[in-house]
Amino acid sequence: MENAKKDRRTLCGHLRLNCLKICRYFISKRPFVIIVHQDKIFIGNNYNFAFPSPLAQNQKEVADLKTIIVCLKQAVDVSQLKIDPTTGQLLTASAPKKISDFDKNALEEAIRIKERIGAAEIYTVTVSSEDAKPVLREALAIGADKAYLVNDQSLQNVDTWATAYVLAETIKKIGKFDLILCGETSLDSFSGLVGSRLAELLNLPQINSARKISIENGNVTAERTLESAYETLKSKMPALITVTREINQPRIPSLMMIMKASRKEIVTWTTTDLNIQKEKIDEKVEVTEVLAPKTKRKKIMITGENTEEIAGKLAKALIQEGIIRR
Amino acid sequence: MSENRGVLVFSEEYDLMLEMIGKGREIAKELQTELAVALVGSNVQKKASELIKYGADKVFLVDNPALERFQAERYLSVLHNLAVDYKPDILLIGSTKNGKALAARLATRLETGCIPDCTRLSVDKKGRLIGERITYGGNAIARVTFRSRPQIVTIPAKVFEKLEPRDRNGEITKLDVKIEDPQTEIVETKPLETSSRNIEEAEIVVSCGRGLEKKDDKILLERLAEILNAQVGNTRPLAEDRKWFTEWVGLSGHKVKPKLYIACGLSGIIQHVAGIRDSKIIVAINSDPEAPIFEVADYGVVGDLYDILPALTEALRKQLS
Repeated sequence: MENAKKDRRTLCGHLRLNCLKICRYFISKRPFVIIVHQDKIFIGNNYNFAFPSPLAQNQKEVADLKTIIVCLKQAVDVSQLKIDPTTGQLLTASAPKKISDFDKNALEEAIRIKERIGAAEIYTVTVSSEDAKPVLREALAIGADKAYLVNDQSLQNVDTWATAYVLAETIKKIGKFDLILCGETSLDSFSGLVGSRLAELLNLPQINSARKISIENGNVTAERTLESAYETLKSKMPALITVTREINQPRIPSLMMIMKASRKEIVTWTTTDLNIQKEKIDEKVEVTEVLAPKTKRKKIMITGENTEEIAGKLAKALIQEGIIRR
Repeated sequence: MSENRGVLVFSEEYDLMLEMIGKGREIAKELQTELAVALVGSNVQKKASELIKYGADKVFLVDNPALERFQAERYLSVLHNLAVDYKPDILLIGSTKNGKALAARLATRLETGCIPDCTRLSVDKKGRLIGERITYGGNAIARVTFRSRPQIVTIPAKVFEKLEPRDRNGEITKLDVKIEDPQTEIVETKPLETSSRNIEEAEIVVSCGRGLEKKDDKILLERLAEILNAQVGNTRPLAEDRKWFTEWVGLSGHKVKPKLYIACGLSGIIQHVAGIRDSKIIVAINSDPEAPIFEVADYGVVGDLYDILPALTEALRKQLS
């Protein structure tokens, strides 16, 4: 039953995509029937309009790819960070939070894969010491089917080891999956380790910093830019891939999608639900200080009567710095 | 007290490895221990003696045709074997994209911590490593230390200086290591159009942001760059949103540390600034006097890059001749 429902959804989506074609053809021929037969969709009383059914077309890939898991971090919105004017300390605790940008790209990529292939479930997984539900609602509005949140006080100040460990245990409890997508790094801590740590814990092939992903016959292929080369890697699924921000432009959910999201499920677990021993998530590293970066810049504004004068003064100043060789 | 001893250095990028040997030497001296280097690859044995000249006490040579190209699982198994047998207290790993994935997987396999992208390293009174790294999108520097062993850090290129090579004594040990099969297959590699080292090593960088109206207008920057013998860069929106270029300068792109960085028509969002922070002199040219780039600039000019750049090019041409 569940499958029939899903198929109907896929078909309706496909018909919507083709509706212009259909309308143009049938504008004067109402009523008409739509018949789905094996690998074709027939439209019209004489079956005079046919195109391949998305169900048949993607049957193989559907079988290959059922579940995509996207790891989402609730990160400090670094663009809204404020500094305490008296102490000079960064006010991270009170700063607004959002889905880490890179993870949003990972979610968008999962949705695009789903749109290409037809039937896949997208689950998001988040590890947090606070109630990240409002942020996860956004992920559901964007297009995730279900969100898993591990919310536990003991997860305060966790390091990349513990984050990856809890993610791994969560994913094991969720069960089967075909693809895990993560952002290559996070907006706030910018470590870029969790994806690779998670792959190691789950013993998965991994490709990091992908800027293009394609899926075919149970394999995933990803393009990445290294320091001095482009590289295309291919792996069997299940696999873990981390994505860059170039990979796509995440969509902004419509009001309709936001409303629909309120009916989707957010599963909340604690570390106890996951049978995680306290000592397993002990910190391996500890942050001892967070300092405001020292920038001792001269901040000299160069002004003048006209462009030539300004340019002349600037050129002179740069030459006097001794950087530009005559 | 842990039984781990010594510093082990590895990168698949040879120059970066030499830079890390320079820093590793300093740490090893402070901890009164030795500095070892993992030389991993195919047909690399001739480089072993050079690594000793640059400061290594020991070179673990793992030379195998299977290691010709970096493949995560192969290199990981080599480093994991070394870490288990040799038990280093500290591992310095080059912070390339591959190096970071390697460090993260190795740290996980060894159930230990990892501090990525350290721009400063020191040793505290207890002999623990302290790493400093940029965090919160460039708004802060975090000082991080270890509660686990071995201590793994990754180090970006151009952070530390390599030593002058000189004749030293050292030991080269050739190792036969069981190499895991890779789980991913390299389908294709091709070199980047511009090597990232070009811009990351440049002494002068001229860079533009959204103030540039057309892709072809980059010629204005190129003309200035020609006089200054500089490299030309750009911000992320020009690469990602407008798709004019494939690379950019910033925290998520190339991090540069030139002697002079000329920022034209770019507002100076924090992620960009984090990528240019270590520049010696920053010049900002922007028509918006409120642009945050002026806060981090040594010299600022409020004006349109389309007016200022040609005039500056001309002024430099005159004053330099």
